[in-house]
Amino acid sequence: MSGQKDQAAGTAENDGPASEFLTFVLGDEHYAIDIMAVKEIRGYESVTKIAKAPPYIKGVINLRGDIVPIVDLRIKFDVGEATYNEFTIVIVLQINERMVGIVVDSVSDVIALTASQRRPPPEFGVAFDSRFLMGLAKLQNHMVILVNIEALVSSSELGLVDAALKKMES
Amino acid sequence: MSVELNQFHSVFFEESQEHIDTMERLLMAMSVDNPDAEDLNCIFRAAHSIKGASGIFGFDALGQITHIMENLLDQVRKGQRAVSVDLVDQFLSVIDCLRQVLDSYRNETDIDWPEVERTTNLLEAILGTQAESDATAVDDGFGFFDEPVSAQAEEDDGFGFFEEPAATQKQPEEQGWGLFEAAQAEQLAAGKAAASPKDDAQGKKPASNESSTIRVDIEKVDSLINLVGELVITQSMLKVLGDDIGGSNSRMGTVLAELERHTREIQESVMSIRMMPVSFVFNRFPRVVRDLARKLEKEVELVLEGEHTELDKGLIEKLVDPLTHLVRNSIDHGIERPDVRRDRGKPEKGTITISAAQRGGTIQICIDDDGAGLNRERIMSKARENGLNVSDDMNDADVWDLIFQPGFSTAEVVTDVSGRGVGMDVVRRNIQQLGGRVSIASRALRGSTITITLPLTLAIVDGMGVMVGDQTFIIPLVSIIESMRPYPENIEQLAGSALLHVRDQFWPVLPLYQVMDAEPRHTSPAEGIVVLIETSKRRYGLLVDELVGQQQVVIKSLEQHYKRVPGAAGATIMGDGSVALILDVESLADVAPILDEEIA
Repeated sequence: MSGQKDQAAGTAENDGPASEFLTFVLGDEHYAIDIMAVKEIRGYESVTKIAKAPPYIKGVINLRGDIVPIVDLRIKFDVGEATYNEFTIVIVLQINERMVGIVVDSVSDVIALTASQRRPPPEFGVAFDSRFLMGLAKLQNHMVILVNIEALVSSSELGLVDAALKKMES
Repeated sequence: MSVELNQFHSVFFEESQEHIDTMERLLMAMSVDNPDAEDLNCIFRAAHSIKGASGIFGFDALGQITHIMENLLDQVRKGQRAVSVDLVDQFLSVIDCLRQVLDSYRNETDIDWPEVERTTNLLEAILGTQAESDATAVDDGFGFFDEPVSAQAEEDDGFGFFEEPAATQKQPEEQGWGLFEAAQAEQLAAGKAAASPKDDAQGKKPASNESSTIRVDIEKVDSLINLVGELVITQSMLKVLGDDIGGSNSRMGTVLAELERHTREIQESVMSIRMMPVSFVFNRFPRVVRDLARKLEKEVELVLEGEHTELDKGLIEKLVDPLTHLVRNSIDHGIERPDVRRDRGKPEKGTITISAAQRGGTIQICIDDDGAGLNRERIMSKARENGLNVSDDMNDADVWDLIFQPGFSTAEVVTDVSGRGVGMDVVRRNIQQLGGRVSIASRALRGSTITITLPLTLAIVDGMGVMVGDQTFIIPLVSIIESMRPYPENIEQLAGSALLHVRDQFWPVLPLYQVMDAEPRHTSPAEGIVVLIETSKRRYGLLVDELVGQQQVVIKSLEQHYKRVPGAAGATIMGDGSVALILDVESLADVAPILDEEIA
């Protein structure tokens, strides 16, 4: 932990504690999400399809008794190729008591970033809408895009949460 | 210090709640002419416990009321004050106030001090009457007089044994009631054993209850239930694996069979933790019936049966409102006034019987009254008024069913009892949400019986597994009439959709693969299986590829992590660990609007 911090902290000295991020790859881009939102990382297994759901919602799985939806971000943001094999990774996130699994191409690393290491997010050139971005960070040889995963998951964009509960009351 | 005390608040609230309930129950059961000494002691002790504890926590309002209540009760139990209907009424209203104050403390809302003052004054007023009534009020028949008269009268009735020890023990009691209570209780229990086994049980119950139960947070129990659910699934996956490896005869098979048995047993006993006797709901009805009967000037006797039948805690809580509504209905609309009953040659006192019993995997709760019964003509004319489609040759069951329609009230006069905005339609909907059914049987002038059938727990449903392509779905068994492979000649085409002609009826066929976006093996009803489904609103046939089999499944929420899925009531986890959707046959038909036009 401290080693990581030192390594990443080359330019920053006293700008508060570092927070940790999990980085993953979608297509050619590197993304990072707050590690506190990550519950576990598992292999992709067969899902139960949900009728009339958008194509990026692959379906639901049984995660130790909880029925958890699986979202393929590659389909949603049209990056990379949505193939499923034994190397396909699902990151299970827990956000405000709700769990969701996101399918990504691969998981790379856990990094620690302090506030000064974050740069403002770009307005374009990223698959994600800018309201879901928290910033950019530069690692040794590539950029990492910091995603506000909480905003993304609870947004109407993914349609994971009922907009108005109980609208179908007959 | 205050932080540490706070930890005990919830325990205090729970216990006080129980004390209040106990007081109410005992007061309700109290016979005015012959009050049970041990019951009086119990009420006194309850009031005393609340007083003591509220003093510690600084809940002054509770302490203030219970203090005076305790004084009054002390007089009553010492026989210095006779019990009267009025006194019981006063105590009941005090208990209502206590309950309200307790809720205020619990929810940290403002205490209704005027109400507390009013109650205190009321109690003090009663206490104050003592002095005068001793001397003068004997002839008023108000019940504040000396005990010798009543005690004597009771002894003549042959009930004397209870009174006797109480009377002889009076001296020591005044010196130190704390020690004395135990002695008296014992003596009473011994004395009563001969008199009535029921009283005996009542006398001993409080003592044994305290040591044999523990309080556990419901969340802990639920998480245990969830974990056991997991265990069951893992176990059945293991069994599938084991069968692949060694067959069922090997040692592996034996051990796995053992594991299966133990797992089932664990599951059953864990589920039983959540089970509570229905008396938790039933116990409130003596009060409801008493209050309402007095208000409506009717005489009603309440009989409770099968209070020990156990039901899931979640179900019990959700039963309170519908049952209360039904009981109120029975008193308001069912039971006639005493004079009417006399004219009809019935006893003036009407009887309402609430009973609970387990029938297989379901619980049946019946509310039975010997009142006027449903009035067919009035229901019919009201139905016509409401623009419902009715005909004179409808059978009774269908007519009774009409009262479950929204906005249907045949009450001649709208009173505050029946005009509370909760109709029978709400009752039915509530019960259906619990996975149950309501039905009515009624005979004019003889009374009516309302039967509620409920599943044993909220968490499990009896279902039929069906396959479409490679997907499994569960159809709740209650709505399935039958499953069949139809003959091609029974299938008609109408406006592009199939109609199946069986059982002298046409059933629109809804292909499940269309609704659920699956890839079916069969698209023609004659090649697949049609499951005939009947719900309260409509009936249709559901086309599936094949039947997997009947099984009990644990209902899991889809909304917890995802959202409502049209056509699905929830999901469950199959033996192999995969997820299957449980179909909501009612909304499934909404998803496929073609059905609407074809069902009258």
